[in-house]
Amino acid sequence: MNITLRVWRQKGKADEGRMVTYKVEDVSPDMSFLEMLDVLNEKLTLAGEDPVAFDHDCREGICGACGVVINGVAHGPETTTTCQLHMRSFSDGDEITIEPWRAGAFPVVKDLVVDRGSFDRIIQAGGYISAPTGTAPDAHATPVPKADADRAFDAATCIGCGACVAACPNASGMLFTAAKVTHLGSLPQGQPEREARVIKMINQHDEEGFGGCTNIGECAAVCPKGIPLDTIAQLNRDLLGSLASSKAE
Amino acid sequence: MANSTLTKQRSEARRSSVALKSAMAVTGAILVLFLIAHMYGNLNVFAGQETFDNYSHHLRELGEPMLPHEGFLWIMRVVLLAAILIHIYSAAVLTARARKARPVRYVKHKSVQQTYASRTMRWGGVIIALYVVFHILHLTTNTIAPGGKSDSPYERLVNGFAPEYWYVTLIYVAAVVLVGMHVRHGIWSACATLGLNREGRRRTINAIAIAIAAVITVGFLLPPFSVLLGLVG
Repeated sequence: MNITLRVWRQKGKADEGRMVTYKVEDVSPDMSFLEMLDVLNEKLTLAGEDPVAFDHDCREGICGACGVVINGVAHGPETTTTCQLHMRSFSDGDEITIEPWRAGAFPVVKDLVVDRGSFDRIIQAGGYISAPTGTAPDAHATPVPKADADRAFDAATCIGCGACVAACPNASGMLFTAAKVTHLGSLPQGQPEREARVIKMINQHDEEGFGGCTNIGECAAVCPKGIPLDTIAQLNRDLLGSLASSKAE
Repeated sequence: MANSTLTKQRSEARRSSVALKSAMAVTGAILVLFLIAHMYGNLNVFAGQETFDNYSHHLRELGEPMLPHEGFLWIMRVVLLAAILIHIYSAAVLTARARKARPVRYVKHKSVQQTYASRTMRWGGVIIALYVVFHILHLTTNTIAPGGKSDSPYERLVNGFAPEYWYVTLIYVAAVVLVGMHVRHGIWSACATLGLNREGRRRTINAIAIAIAAVITVGFLLPPFSVLLGLVG
């Protein structure tokens, strides 16, 4: 396969950035998208040029490090992470546009790499439970209804890749925040801090400069982990309940 | 200390995007209820001039003698105006935040599943607001009176939507279709914002939203089309 790439190149935070066109030849359909970028980078390195910077780590779809907007869709044409996307999803002679996640809360560090520290700060604001550590409690010490455990687990599969923000017309981080609120709010261990958690996380979300949710559903449609859209309704429900409550802590 | 922190956080959260959206959901619900009542009033046109004009007259006498003349109408107008202002204010703040949230746009962007209705909420809303001003000047105050002024609401309607003023009807149809789409995504979105949506209720909520939007659209289009086709006159 011969592919033409239009890639966003940006030297650093202060650089303006621009789209640059590259040709990649002899691409195997069995290559992953990132392997195709590796081939490009080898070529660029040999030519003495700066390779295209992109985030990646596990390359097996579980870490959430990789992620670029491919032809206008976060993670590209398949509902998976960029590392699990293969070149067989494209055709010989295709022109592929590659851009970084675009959000004020995700400033570009270099080329396709963005700083997702805003997600970490949302988690730090309340995405945890305060419990004394020690030996692990017996598995049956706190009974959890199966339906609640499933719901919590579905939400907990979020890998924080940021595709939801990239796809959202409002650059909202609501699906990410809602996944964590739903995960912890569905379990008995998460109850003591449930009211405070949602308030603190929403405040941090807004402070980071993410937009609001307009319930369009682009986020859930591109989510590689299939976080359900109704987690956002649960977050809203929890927040309204917390605002009505007068509990001080 | 911890206590004051949460209290402070709570008051901050009252200005959060979720709080603003909730204000939009509640005010939007008030406006949808008004639309349904307004549509019902309009449909009285099929019962003839006397019934239609009487309906309009009774709106002014509603609640008498407990309320003064036109008392109920003015309470409703104040509530509606407040709802509209809160709705528009929240929308403006949220739109500004959303614009700021993506300072650099994509060179290439493709939507995966958004509906036309959800995409046109903002500009559609602005157009609807402009139309409402025209609508009130036309049929309430009769300041703009294509086809001639009249004290009879029935005659205003028949005059305004007469075939020779087809452009008035065209503007009306465009506005009503926009309202229908606005209500369709609005109901779905309001349910999500108020925390009612669950995966298992998705189809039901969507079906209800589409049904209400369709009833409102058709209900509002029937009177002017009947005038246009000469069924009412």
